[in-house]
Amino acid sequence: MPMEQTYPLIRPRHRARSQPYRDWIRRLAAITSGLHYLRHAPAGFLGALLLATFAVAAVAAPLIAPYDPLAIDVKNGLAAPSWTHPLGTDHLGRDVLSRLLFGARASLGAAGAVVLIVTVIGVTVGMVAGFCGGWVDEIIMRLVDTVLAFPSIILALVVAGLLGPGLRNVMLGLTIVRWAGCARVVRSLILSLREREFILAARCVGASNWRIMTRHLLPNVLGPVVVLTTLDLGNVILSISGLSFIGLGVQLPHPEWGAMLNYGRPYIQTAPLLMVFPGLSIALAVLSANLLGDALRDLLDPRYRRYLS
Amino acid sequence: MKVRHYLLRRVVSLLPVIFGVSLITFGLMGLVPGDPAEILASYGKETEPTAEEVKAVREQLGLDLPLPVRYARWLGRVVRGDLGRSLCSGEPVWREITVRLPATLELTAGGMVVGLLIALPVGILAAVKRDSILDQLSRALALLGASVPSFWLGMVLILLFAVRLGWLPAMGRGGLRHFILPSCALGLGASAVLMRLIRASLLEVLEQDYIRTARAKGLRERATVLRHALKPSLLPVVTVLGLQFGNLLGGAVIIETIFAWPGLGMFIIESILARDFPVIQGFALFMSLVFVATNFAVDVAYRWLDPRIQYGT
Repeated sequence: MPMEQTYPLIRPRHRARSQPYRDWIRRLAAITSGLHYLRHAPAGFLGALLLATFAVAAVAAPLIAPYDPLAIDVKNGLAAPSWTHPLGTDHLGRDVLSRLLFGARASLGAAGAVVLIVTVIGVTVGMVAGFCGGWVDEIIMRLVDTVLAFPSIILALVVAGLLGPGLRNVMLGLTIVRWAGCARVVRSLILSLREREFILAARCVGASNWRIMTRHLLPNVLGPVVVLTTLDLGNVILSISGLSFIGLGVQLPHPEWGAMLNYGRPYIQTAPLLMVFPGLSIALAVLSANLLGDALRDLLDPRYRRYLS
Repeated sequence: MKVRHYLLRRVVSLLPVIFGVSLITFGLMGLVPGDPAEILASYGKETEPTAEEVKAVREQLGLDLPLPVRYARWLGRVVRGDLGRSLCSGEPVWREITVRLPATLELTAGGMVVGLLIALPVGILAAVKRDSILDQLSRALALLGASVPSFWLGMVLILLFAVRLGWLPAMGRGGLRHFILPSCALGLGASAVLMRLIRASLLEVLEQDYIRTARAKGLRERATVLRHALKPSLLPVVTVLGLQFGNLLGGAVIIETIFAWPGLGMFIIESILARDFPVIQGFALFMSLVFVATNFAVDVAYRWLDPRIQYGT
């Protein structure tokens, strides 16, 4: 039992809580409950709150959207904001607020999914490379280096471009590109962790490789990985909306923030508000992810912080 | 002699990466849905290609050969600068890309310059006046810069300075005036990362003993910071410039469409929509080689700037 003593992921600021954790599921719960330290980081708290609001808006879009986001009413096109259409209408008379709400599903849902898949792949590959070492590590790191030898958005653009436009292909492209960075961070964390005494102790009592990886190493990389994932979320939102903006992502007539900006372009003189709201939504979503990520990084054990830069 | 050895070793260590890049670029064509021979045979035609036509294309391009042989042949051609021909224009892909590359690189460099022009003074001020209102403002600016999409910023800049105020042209490539808006749209994002880095690194240097010595001998604060602290604090910034270059290159590709900038970005989007695969493949190869070369240059420059680093290691 005492063998499984690991180190707190989130540095306790005010009161020491150093109970030994039984397994990583409880450790995950500890990270979540560690979020309450955010009350000492108002900016991070604001970020978390905004992100949660965006998520709720995206999930509840069919319930709270005042109109069908695809309903066309050309006579009422390019209307200014009013009581009936709080954010106005686009060139085809579709309600901008409703499109923003449904667009959040594409923009944020896709970004969240990409970040999750990337994290799972990155953590797995990084752990295997760092733990196995030898030729396995060599091959994996060569692959990581190669993927990182492409400017990330350009490789994603090329992959999505070859597969053909569409949200799924953009997500695939971003996943293919982004796992490498995560794997590299996790690998370097594992390399330093596996030399520590508690791993040796676990080995001495006869723990299997699998057990050491899942019960001893994984819980210790989760903290930095959560920070990394949060910071990545903002970048992925930017990438998805950027690729949709140039026409690779979500296709007509479905709403997505980047695509909405693109279709608003011809009306930059007549209806500039059409490009203001989607842009603000993207910026605000990315901002809240960055605020939360920065706050979590500050709360993270300083020993891990240097791996994240 | 040592320097030459070092350079040689670095170039050799690049080879596996370049080999990997060539493998990925070659493999990218496998992503294309459908039979490439059929796509090529039917390109630009109204009717379905006949079986003989498809077969002819397949044999002509060697698509019926085993994969390693195809890769070797492809690599052999690429090394000689032959990236195939564009399906749309029939021109060599190499020429299509090199004609447009300077415009994109120019924009990328413009973004870098604007990024540094914003980041240097703001970062230095934020470090010197640590925890002051200026520092807080720089923090907010950095967060904003990292969160606002460059393509949206570009549109906002056009709306403000081209449409409303009419000060600067919104479209096309020409003199310096055409250059300002797109560079600013690109540069703000880069400045966010750079200014935080400059601040952190300068703060670290300012705690060194030799800075205390400089202050103790009565040097003015201004001279201490600018003459003694600034130069060593910029070393970590140099390493990040290479990575930032990659981000800026990607950003340039996206915002070119907004400013009708005649570079690779506009071209590649047209090629993607026209499903001009050889061009897309060549583009991926070119961009990664530019990126690898930049990072190599940055790395060598870093060793040159920091004499403490031995060439042997």
